[in-house]
Amino acid sequence: MRRRSGSAGVGGGAASRVRLSTGDPRLRALAYQAAALAAVIFVGWYLISNTLANLEARRIASGLGFLGREAGFAIGETSLVPYSAADTYLRAIVVGLANTFRVALIGIVAATVLGTLVGLARLSRNWLVAKLAAGYVEFVRNVPLLVQLFFWYAVITENLPVPREAVEPLPGVFLVNRGIFFPVPAWSAVHGWMLAAFAGGVFAAVAYAWWARRRQARTGRRPPVLAGAAALLLLPPAIVWLAGGAPARLSVPELAGFNFAGGAHLSPEFAALAAGLIVYTASFIAEIVRAGVLSVHHGQFEAASALGLRRGLALRLVVLPQALRAIVPPITSQYLNLTKNSSLAVAIGYPDLVSIANTTINQTGQAIEGIAIIMAVYLTISLAISALMNWYNARIALTER
Amino acid sequence: MRTIMLAAAASLALAAAPDRAAAQTMLAAVKAKGYVQCGVNTGLAGFSQPDSRGQWKGIDVDLCRAVAAAVFGDASKVRFTPLTAQQRFTALQSGEVDVLSRNTTWTATRDSSLGLNFAGVIYYDGQGFMVPRKLGVKSAKQLNGATVCVQPGTTTELNLADYFRANGMTFKPVVIEKLEEVLNAYFAGRCDVYTTDVSGLVAVRASRAPNPADHVILPEVISKEPLGPVVRHGDDQWFDIVKWTLFALLEAEELGLSSKTIEQNASSANPSIQRFVGATGDIGKMLGLDNRWAFNVVRLVGNYGEIFDANLKPLGFDRGINNLWTNGGLMYAPPIR
Repeated sequence: MRRRSGSAGVGGGAASRVRLSTGDPRLRALAYQAAALAAVIFVGWYLISNTLANLEARRIASGLGFLGREAGFAIGETSLVPYSAADTYLRAIVVGLANTFRVALIGIVAATVLGTLVGLARLSRNWLVAKLAAGYVEFVRNVPLLVQLFFWYAVITENLPVPREAVEPLPGVFLVNRGIFFPVPAWSAVHGWMLAAFAGGVFAAVAYAWWARRRQARTGRRPPVLAGAAALLLLPPAIVWLAGGAPARLSVPELAGFNFAGGAHLSPEFAALAAGLIVYTASFIAEIVRAGVLSVHHGQFEAASALGLRRGLALRLVVLPQALRAIVPPITSQYLNLTKNSSLAVAIGYPDLVSIANTTINQTGQAIEGIAIIMAVYLTISLAISALMNWYNARIALTER
Repeated sequence: MRTIMLAAAASLALAAAPDRAAAQTMLAAVKAKGYVQCGVNTGLAGFSQPDSRGQWKGIDVDLCRAVAAAVFGDASKVRFTPLTAQQRFTALQSGEVDVLSRNTTWTATRDSSLGLNFAGVIYYDGQGFMVPRKLGVKSAKQLNGATVCVQPGTTTELNLADYFRANGMTFKPVVIEKLEEVLNAYFAGRCDVYTTDVSGLVAVRASRAPNPADHVILPEVISKEPLGPVVRHGDDQWFDIVKWTLFALLEAEELGLSSKTIEQNASSANPSIQRFVGATGDIGKMLGLDNRWAFNVVRLVGNYGEIFDANLKPLGFDRGINNLWTNGGLMYAPPIR
């Protein structure tokens, strides 16, 4: 270290006519940083080279070649990506990834809605509502998530009956310990056109809302946004449906052999994992929302009510937009947590990325490669969520004065 | 998650551990350490499970004790590391355990690309199916469309998929890592079928089922599962010691030597027995052990039949193909000479 800075000092001193010594804080900082970087690189190099040497010495195969081999094991949930045991390990891992996305996406949306409602409820002037929300938050966020997952899974598998004694709360809907089975419209080409019409309706609704805001700014009169948007969203698909001959055939689940067939189905594993993640994460989101709302000065409420806004409108139009700035950064962490917590799925048998990668590791013995894949995938997902939320945060932060 | 952490830790151990194999033989390392570190199942009745006093019991456990008896002349110089199906190979590869004796199936992949050596077969097993009696299923061929509970990361999962594919049937797997949880799911009726090795089915039915008579094991055995102890590549002497310890258990039963009779039979005129107990020949020295290694194994742990009768018979296991070759089974030790 001394020699390094000493020699640099001679060269630098000659050029700039500033006497550099080991006492110069800038030079010292530079030297320390260089040393730290060198240490990190050395440790990394040592770990990698030693691993390779040890793998070689023990004749353990390495590399990613195994991804192309036939997986040979079955996966329980393949609704998003078709898969059979004859497919490759790579495809199996993609199925796991799709399952992780499925539960993370649904979890994030539902936890945000539930968490916001609970957070606002805790601020309610209604004593009972506020205390119930407080009790929910304090109970749920202080019990480990794994325990909650076991609880939800046990509730579903232990309390619901076997398929032959299914509960039918609504016609065609069956509650059994194999999950919830419900009828869905049997697929026909008309449904595709209905989806297209709905997408068109979304564009039209956005454009209508934009126009309505412009008009309100110009004339002070607000056109009926909610009713207009709802009509734009619902009418086109309905017209397409009628024009296509109104296909109304339903695919209804029926008991066939061991289990129900037909209709759509949510497995107990997915239901338990989603319920656990949503309820758990919502308790944290509730606190973040509450903190965000409380961070807005009370005067804003008073000013809003002085303008004649009701409490709900004041909250929606004045307080929440300002609170969002305090809410978004910590809520990003909760989204990341929810996504990473979904890896607890392996405990209750939901075939997420970690569960599939685990099986792959054990079938192939490629532990280092398997774990590297898991880490790379979670890192990518997390960075993507962070990037998205940072972009959103930057957008809403522009209104700051 | 815990498994992943352990696997990650083990991978790191593999990364950080300097190559010890070249410096010192396994035998010397074990002797210096003073005990054999043995990887066993976290809890499978008859194979390896702690009893009410925390003592490990089972045939896999007794194999570990036999290795300790051969190396140290003291069957208690062994420590156990309970491992899940997913941790076991990494634990052995990274040197965390010296021997893996954990109802592990001998397959070509494991023997080659995982860098492991199987030291023989301690139990010939095969995969089967258990169903609740009230389903009325009589054969595995009737299982089309069934939901099957299975543990991940085992040959079981592969055989299951193979069997249904071969018979043109479909099934839904429910894959749960911990034995406790997968059994809870099966007994709660989440699955129609639980599948694992028949030995595991018998043990689970006897020890975990609320009422054992409510569950039937189907007649089909869909795979060959030779279970045996495993060591890692790189030390042939240690491989030989584990292999011949297992053979000594079989040979003792064939010679009629048991833990109770070996002391008085040690002076028998039979030359095979003379070689076995180390009175003549140098078998022990060739293995790098005390010449009375096999004598110690049988005196302290017993022969294979004794171990089987003590651990598996009370659970309702039949000797079947695990009988000695002289009694119509597959258990056959090469000559100890």
